[in-house]
This record gives sequence, C-alpha cells and structure tokens, in this order.
Amino acid sequence: MKDITKTFGPVVANDKVSLTINKGEILSLLGENGSGKTTLMNMLSGIYFPDGGQIFVNGQEVTISSPKDAFELGIGMIHQHFKLVDVFTAAENIVLGLEGKGRLDLKEVGRKVREICDRYGFDVDPNQLVCDMSVSQKQTLEIVKVLYRGADILILDEPTAVLTPQETDKLFAVMRNMKADGKAIVIITHKLHEVMDVSDRVAVLRKGQYIGDVATCDTDPQKLTDMMVGRAVKLNIDRPAPVDPQDRLRVEHLTVKDKEGVTVLSDATFTLRSGEILGVAGISGSGQKELLEAIAGLQNVEPGSRVVYIEPESGKEHDLCGLDPLKIRQLGVHLSFVPEDRLGMGLVGTMGMTGNMMLKTYGRGHGPLVDRRPSSKLATDIKEQLEVMTPGINYPVRRLSGGNVQKVLVGREIAADPTVLMTAYAVRGLDINTSYTIYRLLNEQKQKGVAVLYVGEDLDVLLELADRILVLCAGQISGIVDGASVTKEQVGLMMTHLNWKEAEA
Amino acid sequence: MTSAQWASLIQAAVVFGTVIMYGAIGEIITEKSGNLNLGVPGIMYLGGIAGLAVAFLYENSVADPSRLVSFILSFGAAFLAAALGGLIFSILTISLRVNQNVTGLTLTIFGGGVANFFGGSLNKLAGGVGQISVARTSSVYRATLPGVSSMSPMMKAVLGYGFMVYLAIILAILATWFLNRTHTGLNLRAVGESPATADAAGINVTKYKYLATCIGAGISGLGGLYYVMDYIKGTWANDGAIETLGWLAVALVIFALWKPVNATWGSYLFGVLFWLYYYIQGLNRASQEIFKMLPYIVTIAVLVIVSIRRKRDMGPASLGLSYFREER
Repeated sequence: MKDITKTFGPVVANDKVSLTINKGEILSLLGENGSGKTTLMNMLSGIYFPDGGQIFVNGQEVTISSPKDAFELGIGMIHQHFKLVDVFTAAENIVLGLEGKGRLDLKEVGRKVREICDRYGFDVDPNQLVCDMSVSQKQTLEIVKVLYRGADILILDEPTAVLTPQETDKLFAVMRNMKADGKAIVIITHKLHEVMDVSDRVAVLRKGQYIGDVATCDTDPQKLTDMMVGRAVKLNIDRPAPVDPQDRLRVEHLTVKDKEGVTVLSDATFTLRSGEILGVAGISGSGQKELLEAIAGLQNVEPGSRVVYIEPESGKEHDLCGLDPLKIRQLGVHLSFVPEDRLGMGLVGTMGMTGNMMLKTYGRGHGPLVDRRPSSKLATDIKEQLEVMTPGINYPVRRLSGGNVQKVLVGREIAADPTVLMTAYAVRGLDINTSYTIYRLLNEQKQKGVAVLYVGEDLDVLLELADRILVLCAGQISGIVDGASVTKEQVGLMMTHLNWKEAEA
Repeated sequence: MTSAQWASLIQAAVVFGTVIMYGAIGEIITEKSGNLNLGVPGIMYLGGIAGLAVAFLYENSVADPSRLVSFILSFGAAFLAAALGGLIFSILTISLRVNQNVTGLTLTIFGGGVANFFGGSLNKLAGGVGQISVARTSSVYRATLPGVSSMSPMMKAVLGYGFMVYLAIILAILATWFLNRTHTGLNLRAVGESPATADAAGINVTKYKYLATCIGAGISGLGGLYYVMDYIKGTWANDGAIETLGWLAVALVIFALWKPVNATWGSYLFGVLFWLYYYIQGLNRASQEIFKMLPYIVTIAVLVIVSIRRKRDMGPASLGLSYFREER
C-alpha cells in the first residue's frame, strides 16, 4: 500500500500511509483507538475506497472497490463484528455469495471445509447452525470462510477481544500454521503481549499517520507504547482534589444476568462518593453497560442486589432497585452518555435540541399541553455555553457531528442538576478538543459536589481524570485503586486477571 | 356429513385454496428477500383484471379466437401486470426507501381501485353489470382431464380441476427446491436474513430484492387470474372478494412459516375452514361470519405456538427493513 489517504468529512482517518505486507509473515498493526488501523484494512478488503494512493498486490497495481474484488485478489478480512447469517449452517455461510450455477452441493462444500480444517487445525462442523455456535466458533468459521475463498492475505481485526486466553492460544496456533503455509497475516490488536507473542513484525499507526515498523524481536512493549502514543499527544487533564466527599451511592452485591441467563455482572459492591470521579476500567463487555443500566433502572437485577442512594444533607436512604427510571432520575441520579449508540438511548435523532430537552421535562407542565419555552431557552443556553455547532436549536440532532451530539446530551443531563452523573465512553469518537471540553465539564460537576461515575476505555485518561478507579474483569470487580498512584500496567493487569495480585507476584 | 358432502367440501377448499396458494408462494419469495409486501391483495387484483381485460379484448377483436393464444395472452398479461405492481413496490421501498408497510397498504388500495375501475368499464363495454364473460378463455383454464365426469365424487375431488390447481403445487415444490437447494436461493435467503452479511459476501442486494419482489408479485398475481378465470368462470364482480383472499394469502405466509411446501396443505386447510360453515346445519348469517374467521384464528394460534417454541422460525430476520450500506 502506498500513500493511502482516506478522509471522512473533515476527519483524516489515514494520511499517506504506506505499508508492506509480506508472505509467510504475521504483521501486527498497532495504534490507539481511532488511529486508523481498521479504516486502513477496510480499504484492503473493499469496504471503503481510498481517496488517494495506490495498492499493489504481488507487484501489480490493483483497484479494490468491493469485497468481491478483494476476494478475487485473495484478500480476506475477519471483522470485529462477524458477518454471518444466524439461521444458516456453517457450510451455507461459507458458500454464501460464491459464484455457482444451479444446484448447491452442500456435501461437497462440507468435504472441502473438512480438508481446510485438517490442514490448519480448525474444528468446524459444516452442518452446525451459526446461532448454536460460541463466539470463538463463529470466529473460526469466519477464518475458514475466508480460506475457502482462497485467501492468501488474511486480516484479523481485534480477533482476541472476544476470546478467552485458551481460545486465543488456539487461534495463535492456527495463525502460525497458516504462516507456515505461506499466507500473509495482519492482526490488529491492542494487547501488547499478544503482539510480542505472535507477530514477526509490528507496524504502528498514530492519528492516521504511519509511524514506522520494527521487527518484533528488536523491540519491547515499552518501545512500542512510546511509538504508539508519541510525545506530542501527552494528555494533561486536571484532577482537582475531591470536595468534601460523602457517600452518595452504595452498590451492594449487584448481580445482573443477560437474556440467556449468563451472569454478566457478578456481586459488584462499591461506594460512589460526592465530589469525586470514580473511573471504571475494563475490557469492553466486562459488565460496564450492565452496571450503569442497573443503577439507572434499565436492567433487571438478581435478588440480593442492592443499590442504595443516600440523599445529600438529610442522609435519607433509598433503595433504587425496583424503581422505574423516571423515579430514579427524579432523585437526581442521571445516566448520561449511553455506550455504543449515542442516539439510540440518549437522544431522538430526528428531533431538534429543543425537542430533546423536552424529553426530560415534558411531565412538568400543567394541563395536557406542553410548554416549549423553557426547553427552547435551555437549548439556547446549552448551545451558547458549550459551543454546540448547529444551524439552529430545532435542527435534527442526528445530523450533528458526534462531538456536538455528545455536548447536547451532557448539557441536558448537567442542566437537570444531578447529584449522581454516570457517563459511558463519553469521548468515544471525539477529537481531542471536544474531549477536553467534556473532561472540563465533568470536573466542574465534580467540584459542585456531584458524584461522577466515568466509564472509559482510554486508560491514560482514566488515570489522569479519576480519583479512584474501579476495575472490572469479566463481570467482576477485580479491585478499586487510587487514580493518582496506580500505574497503567497495574490497571491493565487487573483488567485481565481477577486474581491479579498473584499474577503480579 | 355424507361422502358426497365431504367431496364437495374438499372441492370447494381446493379451488379456494389455490387462489391463496399462489398469493402466498409469491409473497414467500418476496419476503425471503426481506421485503414485506402488504400489497398482495392489490397485486392479485392487478393480475386478475389484466388477464380478464386482455382475454376480453382478444376474444372481441378476432372472429374465431384461438384458445391457445387467448391463454398465452391472458396468462402473460396477468403475470406482467402483477410484476409491475411488484416493481412499483420495489422502486419505492428499495431505491427510495419508503416505509414498506405504508407502500404495501397503498398498493393494495391502488390495485383494487385500478381493477374495479377497469372491471366496471369492461362490464359496461360488454353491455351492463355482470355481462362480461370470456367463456372461451375461461374454458382453457377450466378444462379437466378427459373422463373426469364419469369418476366418483371422491376421485373428482382429487383430479377434477383445471391445470392451475396442479401448477400451484408444482410451483410450491419448485420454490422449496429453489430456496433450499440452489446457490441463488441461498443468496436470496441471506439477503432477507442479513443484507449486510450478504453485501459483504459480494451479493448484489438490490438486484436480489428487485427480482424477488417482482417475480414474487407475478406469482401472486396468478392467484388473481385463477380466481377470475376458474373460480368465477371468466366474469368480473366489484365485490371485494379478491381483497379478502389477498389478506388470507398474507396470513397463509405466516401460517406456513415461510415454507412454500407448507403453503400447499395450509391453503387447503384455510379453504376447509373458510367453507365449513356451509356444511354445518343451523347456522345463521352472524354465526357464519364467526366460522369465516377461523383461518385467521388458526394463524394467530400458530404464531403464538411458534413464537413460544422457536424464535428462528419467525420469518426472515430483516423482514420489513430497508437496507443501505452504512457510511461513516
């Protein structure tokens, strides 16, 4: 790949990136969130089309404008979100979209699939339905699917994020088999120990720019981190001392099961204090969402769970379990940013700022008619104070940029004078400037005596912003540590090991 | 009930069932692509009136109309007119991404309006209400095997129908084979289940949706043709009967759990349930209507049972949703 450039609106996702992928080699692509790794690979697999630059495969310049083009060039990508049809069998998913006239011979497909499995050491039953498969089986199926199409270049986008350590080892074994067979493999991962473990070469991206590549044997995690973060982006966030901390929210033995009855949050016990920011760290899907939603009254909790809210001044205690979200909100407990889908649960995309303000206050007026005036005044205030870039307060928020949507949401929650403010992935997808605005707003709230629960994915930010950090690991709290004294490595260890003290020793 | 009565009930059920079987098979193919076309009644109307109008014009323009030509013309016109209805639906929902429910319901109203307008006009051309008749064309559709008239009532209930009764069964079997045993069928099902996955696998989602919707509509339209040519013997009545049958076809799709083979016996069962009142003694007009609700009640019962037992039988996962590649 030579001088590849891709922009999304004003955001430059890849800026003149040049990268070489060699046969019989495992290349790790490393970079912080939003550094453009996935975008770069998506251009190889035909999901996006580059705005500039050239791609060469085996020395020939090629144009990849669709996933089909990529298949034909022997490039296959295994996405973070699996592209499989749930009600189809493994074999049906594998032949999906392949050219082939007339009869579909699934027996023949099954035979070929077994051949591939034997060659690389996979374990796939061609007749199993995808909806009956585990996550790791689905991933294996995705890899087999790509190999069935004759791929020589395999791209795996954060394949280990969803796997257990044992499954990861199995995957790496298979990857080494494929390498021995002369395939070129690119793996995108955040976990440095995996990079060191499996790859031959590491390429680093930072903010859409190609920093350089090194042979894995010549480097160590520290050097890689330096390359990844760089000096220029050193974050500096204020952490004012907590003001008169008092217990505000006591969570006891909080257990949440998902629809299938799997425990996703188990026996969480902690206290949230006023005037402090409690950060929550953990690999995504470790129970963060369930934790916030359980407190906000959006999740069913298991018997024995208690969420106790302690009213300021009077010290009166309320059990929030079993109350509906509206009552919880009236007590002053506010869930602001909702992960994954900002517009899904937080705001109504097709309504303007005014309408979205009204969502929280429509019950306040008298009589059957709503009063738009207070809401439109609030919308105007937020627009001015937080510098929301919008053509007007009645302009659909769906069409605003992510950062502006976020400002509208946080502005509304703060305006409601919360005593507890919960935020999840508040700065996901936001640029540095907006991120800092959000941090500043959170610190302002903290100094006003609000208890802030901040779920974040960037450890550096958590370490600088949070007074205490609660670390989740696979649905359990592996510890609560002091934000000022703990190190990133220690938090990272706690994220992956429940009994981290032993692992450390 | 005597055996003659049974035979007569079966006969009524098969003829009735065949109309909705066409509607249901066409709609199953459409829905397998993820398009929920609620315009089935309108599409059946379009098929019926187009077949009738072309046959009428041909019979009246030629001194000695050929049966073969009148058959080909009416059959082709019905399929094409109905497919055109499917094309309207496709353009609106696939290309312009209009809500499918709204579009389908509008198409039902549109088809009924067009058909009854031309039906009324044809009747007027023919000399007055109920005067239109395309006896010659209709006789092709109603021709039975030789020797049927001398058969026992029970044999007649099996063999004594026009060819379209058997064509419907063949179509159901072909559709099943197509959906489950061919590459194209697999791809089509993938489009209805998860268009994003299909897209990533290199399947042209838009093309599949268009073709499935238009061909499906064409097949549904044959139900209207069969109704006009065989069921009411080549005449026309502005009585809304086709609309009732069209909605039953939509219900049958659900009852059949989106499997064409189930639609065959399901449609006959609907026919039996629908005509049962005729064979039960001592019903008045009000209680007759309750019996006519039976097919819908059975459909609801099936839905309840299936949704309790297995979620994945509940039709294509992306049914009713429009698809567009998401750009960041």
